Amino acid sequence: MLLSDVLVIDATDRLGWLAGRLLADLGADVIKVEPRGSDRTSSQWRAFNVNKRVLELEPGGAADREHLDPLIQTADICLLTPGSPALSARFDPAVLRQDYPRLVVVAIAPFGREGPRSRWKGTDLEIMAAGGAMALAGEPDGMPVRVSEPQSYGWAGAQAAIGALIALYRRDATGHGDLVEVSGQACVVTALSHAPAFVDLNGIEPTRAGAFITGRSIKGARYRVFWPCRDGYINFIFYGGVAGRRTNAQLVAWMRERGAELGVLADIDWKTWDPTKADQAEVDAVEAPVGRFFSRIAKREFLIEAHRREMLGYPASTVADIASDPQLEARGFFQTVAGSRERFCGSYAVIDGARPALRHAPGEPVALDPPRRRAGAQG
Amino acid sequence: MSAVPQALADVKVLEFGGYAAGPHIGKVLANYGARSIHVESRQRPDGFRIQYPPFKDDRPGYNRSGCFAFFNDSKYSVTVDLKKREGIALAHRMAQWCDLIIENMRPGVMERLGLGFAALAKLNPRLVMLSTCNMGQTGPRADQPGFGSQLSALAGLCGLTGVPDGPPMLLYGPYIDYIASVTGASAAMAAVIRSRRSGKGALIDLSQYESGLMFIGAALHDFFATGRLAERCGNDDPDAVPHGAYQCSEREWVALSCWSQDEFGALAQLIGHPDLANDARFATVPSRRANTEALDALISAWTAGRSAEAAAESLQAAGIAAYPVVTMAGLFRDPQLFARRQFRVRRHPEMGDHAYCFPGFDLAEAPGDIIGPAPCVGADNEFVFRDLIGLSQDEYESYRRCGVFD
Repeated sequence: MLLSDVLVIDATDRLGWLAGRLLADLGADVIKVEPRGSDRTSSQWRAFNVNKRVLELEPGGAADREHLDPLIQTADICLLTPGSPALSARFDPAVLRQDYPRLVVVAIAPFGREGPRSRWKGTDLEIMAAGGAMALAGEPDGMPVRVSEPQSYGWAGAQAAIGALIALYRRDATGHGDLVEVSGQACVVTALSHAPAFVDLNGIEPTRAGAFITGRSIKGARYRVFWPCRDGYINFIFYGGVAGRRTNAQLVAWMRERGAELGVLADIDWKTWDPTKADQAEVDAVEAPVGRFFSRIAKREFLIEAHRREMLGYPASTVADIASDPQLEARGFFQTVAGSRERFCGSYAVIDGARPALRHAPGEPVALDPPRRRAGAQG
Repeated sequence: MSAVPQALADVKVLEFGGYAAGPHIGKVLANYGARSIHVESRQRPDGFRIQYPPFKDDRPGYNRSGCFAFFNDSKYSVTVDLKKREGIALAHRMAQWCDLIIENMRPGVMERLGLGFAALAKLNPRLVMLSTCNMGQTGPRADQPGFGSQLSALAGLCGLTGVPDGPPMLLYGPYIDYIASVTGASAAMAAVIRSRRSGKGALIDLSQYESGLMFIGAALHDFFATGRLAERCGNDDPDAVPHGAYQCSEREWVALSCWSQDEFGALAQLIGHPDLANDARFATVPSRRANTEALDALISAWTAGRSAEAAAESLQAAGIAAYPVVTMAGLFRDPQLFARRQFRVRRHPEMGDHAYCFPGFDLAEAPGDIIGPAPCVGADNEFVFRDLIGLSQDEYESYRRCGVFD
C-alpha cells in the first residue's frame, strides 16, 4: 500500500469526509473522530467513511484526551473542518500546529479561513453557487441548478487530500509540518474547466447550456446533447474531426442496418460535412431522424453498439445502470468489506495491477490503546 | 516566480498526452514547485492548443489558446517526435531523470511506443507512472475512447442535474476529467512519497469513470442498500426547505438554504413575514415542502428587489447560509476569491497579460504560486534537454539534426 506507514486523524464533517476516504484508499490508517452517539447510518456517512476506523470522543473529556493526545502525537496528518460544532474545541488548527510541529494540519472550510467572507455559512448549495458551478448548469434562461448529489464536498475533499500529501512530502524532506488551508469555493472553480478564460481573454460570458450545446456553429446553430431514448436519455453530439466523422458515419450505418428512416442523413458525405458551418435548419434536419431512431434504442444497447462501432457518446446513466455496468464489474470497482454484504465504491485507483481492498467497515471502532509509533511519525 | 522554497521543488514530472485529465495534474504539482514538462510534438501538439476556444482576440494559434493555458501554467514545453526511433531514445533519457510520468493516451499506446511502465521501470526502478483514461487500462470497454463531457453522463452526473420532469443537464466542459485529475494528483503524490521513502516505483491505473463515481458514492451506496434510485431534483434537499436559487434584480440569482427552525424564523423575519414561522403551512420541513410554491413566491418577492450581493449579505447577517450565484465574470470580482488571489495574472509571450487559476488549497509555510505562464509549444527544448536532462551539446545537436524536435 502506498501510504501504509501514514496515520491520519480525520475530525471533519461532511465537507471533508472524502479527503480521509481517498487517503484510506491509498493505504493510510485513517481514524475518524466522531462525537459520541453521532448518526452513522446514512449512506452519505457510510460511503465516505468506509475504510476508516472510528474513535468516539466527547470534546474536552479528560478520559478521551488520554487516548486522543497520544494518537495525535503519532499522527502524520490531521484533517479538520474548523467551525464544525461538535469537535472544533479540541481540534483548533493553531493549537495543533503549536503542539505538534511535525503534524500536517489540513483545515477545510466552505470559503476558506481568511478573507471577508470566511465566516459566511455555506452548504453544498451555496458553495456550488459561490464557485460558479451553478451559473453553468440548468436551462439557458432558467434557474441555475446544482448536481442533486453534493459535489462541492467532493471537490474540497479531493483537493484537501492533494494538499495533505504535498505537505507530507515536504515534511519528509524538512521535518516541518504545515497548515494546508482549503476553500470549498475555490476548489469548485476547478469544476468550471476553462469557462473563466472566455471572460478573461475575450470578454465573453459562458452561461447555462441546458441539454444543448452552443458556440460550435458560426451560424449560431445549437446541437442536441441529450436525446430521449427507450428507457432514458443518450448523450450524443454531432462532432466534426476524425472521431466525429467516424461516429457520424457509424451511426448512419447502424440506422441503415436497422432499416431506420434516414432522411437527409442518407446523402451526407461525413468526410466533408462540417458542424461548424451548419445553420439551425440543417442541424434540425440532420437531428430529426436520429431522434426517431434513438427513441427506440435502450441505453445499454447504445452503450454496447457505441463501443463496438468506436462511436463517441454514452447513455445518461442512472445509479442502477452504473451498478450493473460490466466494465465496472470486470474491474472489481464495487467492493464489500470482509464479513459484510454492504457495497461501496472501492478504492479509486488500481495500484500495480491490483485494486486495494477496503479494510474497515464504516464505524469499525479503533482500539483505545495508542497505536505503535510509526516510521515517519512525530519525533 | 515565487522566492519562497516550495514543497515539491525537487519533484520532476513528465507528461505524455494532452487535453484536461493528465495535464491538470502536472499543473497542480507545478504550482507547488514541481518541474513539470509537457511533452508534445510540433506535428501533434496538445489538442487543447488548437481545437477549442477561447483564443486570444479570437485568432486561433498554437500559442493563443486560453483552454490550453488554463491547465498548463507553470510548466515547460518540449517537442519530441515519438514516431522517430531517436525520439523514443530521448524519451527514455527523460524517464530516467523523472520521478513521475503522467500519461492519458488510449490504453496500450505507451507500450506500443516502447514507453510502457515495464520498459521504463527497468531504466528507472523508482519511477511512478500514472495512466489515466476514460475506462481504465482493463475491462471489456478499456479501449473505448471518449470525451469527458460525455463521460460525465455515463457516470450519472448529468442525469442527476436538472429538474425532475426535464432532461439531464450538461455540466460545463469535461467536468469528470477534473474529478479524475484531483483524485489522480493525490494518488500520484502518494506513490512519489513511497518512492522517495523506499525507492520503489508504482504504476497507477486511474479510470476517469471510476473517479467520477466517487463523487456520487453515497447515491450508489443507497442504491445497493435500499434499491432507491437517486434522481435529479432541481435544487431540492431532503433535509432543508427552503433550499434553492432565487432570482434577484438584474437577472442575478442568490442561493440560500435553511437547516433549522431557527434559521427559517430568521428568514421569515428578514423577508418581512415574521408570522410564517408560526404558520402551519411552514412550521416543519415536510409542511414547507408541501407548500414550496407559496414559500418560494414569498422569498422571490423579497429577492427580486435586491441585487444578489445585497440579498446574500442580508441573509448571512441573519445567520442564513446564502451566496450569490457567481457568474464567470463574477468570479473575477468576488471579494472572497479576490482575497485568496484565486486568479493570478502572468505575462504570456503571445497572449500578453492574462489570468491563471490557482488550486483550491494552499500551504501556509510553503505557499504555491502560478510560477509562470503556459509555455509556447517547444519553447523550453534547449533548457530542458541541456540543463535538466543533461544532454551534451553534441547529443542535443544530434537529436536536432534527426528532426526529433520538429
